[in-house]
Amino acid sequence: MRPHTYAYYPGCTLHSTAKEYDVSTRLVCEEMGIVLRELEDWTCCGASSVHPTSHLLGIVLPARELQAAEQLGLPLAAACALCFSRLKHTAYELTDKAKLGLVNELLGKEFHNATEVVHLLKVLYEARDAMPLRRLLKGLKVACYYGCLLVRPQDIVNFDDVEDPQIMDRLMEKLGAEGIEWDFKTACCGASLPLTRRDVVLKLSHRILSQARQLGADCVAVACPMCHSNLDAYQKEMEAKYQDKLELPVLYFTQLVGLALDFSPKQLLLDKHFTDPLPMLKDKGLA
Amino acid sequence: MTLGSITPSPLSELRTFVENQSGQKVLQCYQCGKCSAGCPAAYVMDLGPRQIMRAIQLGLKEEALGSSTIWLCVFCQTCSARCPAEIDIARVMESLRWLAAAEKGKPAEKDIELFHRTFLNLIQRFGRIQELGLGVLYNLLGRHPFANMTLLPGMLTRGKLPVLPPRVKGVSQVRKLFAKVKAIEKGFL
Repeated sequence: MRPHTYAYYPGCTLHSTAKEYDVSTRLVCEEMGIVLRELEDWTCCGASSVHPTSHLLGIVLPARELQAAEQLGLPLAAACALCFSRLKHTAYELTDKAKLGLVNELLGKEFHNATEVVHLLKVLYEARDAMPLRRLLKGLKVACYYGCLLVRPQDIVNFDDVEDPQIMDRLMEKLGAEGIEWDFKTACCGASLPLTRRDVVLKLSHRILSQARQLGADCVAVACPMCHSNLDAYQKEMEAKYQDKLELPVLYFTQLVGLALDFSPKQLLLDKHFTDPLPMLKDKGLA
Repeated sequence: MTLGSITPSPLSELRTFVENQSGQKVLQCYQCGKCSAGCPAAYVMDLGPRQIMRAIQLGLKEEALGSSTIWLCVFCQTCSARCPAEIDIARVMESLRWLAAAEKGKPAEKDIELFHRTFLNLIQRFGRIQELGLGVLYNLLGRHPFANMTLLPGMLTRGKLPVLPPRVKGVSQVRKLFAKVKAIEKGFL
């Protein structure tokens, strides 16, 4: 397979709470001949805090990263759904020439808004036929959870169907696993509220996990560090609040791809989750 | 009585602001309620998204800016995706938050306002977000120093919370961008 090179924007969480997402992404991409060149000296895109506070700051911070990728002449790949969303929104806003002019003035460097922004789920989905699969994930039922920001708004992110996206399910099928049909693929998990309104996160994330569990999913697959943290790290609290047994592992889709490429659970940092996926994976003969 | 008495005033200061800033045509909302029906956080809001749209149509600035809604909206954009009048309602909420930020009124959800303000301060200071610092600073400023501690041991033992603040060269440019934007928006708002 011809290697494909992307500028890579990991974003803040992939260096901390979501480091397993970063590690598994790099491993899988390298194995598939996809070259990720991390942007040097990248800074925060503003996530879900800046754009509702200041419109201009909310576009100039992501524009800084778009410009860095443009200078490399590479498409920009994001792993975090928040970063992806902010980069896409910014590229869309900057089709307005007046805004682009203002942003150029602020950045003090020439920028043409020519960077193509992609999410790594799409990158791996499009490369699925060339994956060197070594271990099919037979018998694994996966609830593919896309969340909000990968799919909405459709005219800006242009990612997949807005109510019933499919590409993660198709990718899982390619790995030998099975995606379940369920209602909460694009329902909100509570997003940035865990430190401020934990009650909302617990309620929204609980209804997502409990349906996945009821429909027989062995795990949930995600493509966003914020979704992961809400669904995985707060699971014990949900169980206590709703008097419910969930024990549903939440994995990054890249970790599942990694398993199918025969990386070990340790290499994929599968031991970093709060809900331990290893008993389930051993049970399925996958670890 | 004529219908004129319930027609929103074209001079509505709030509506003009929202329409100019969000690019959305607020009067096209015919109050079907699909936004409120699909909103995952509507159950904790004092006004649902549909009521916020109505408040803007009627120029009820205090009600809109004083609502918990503008803070509890997490920009999942379900409303925007489903609006039959094709109004990007999340964008409307965003513009209300811009106005709230500019007017520095008392937020209905003060912790949420503080969380975002802390987040911005840390980007300005370090260029990147370090989650431990965000949690600690938010707790101290919010005067709830021991909140949100349940996950701390698990996060630390998993090595998920680096303790040292991030060091990036780009922070000097980021600080300049904050200062320049502040200067521009001061004149603008």
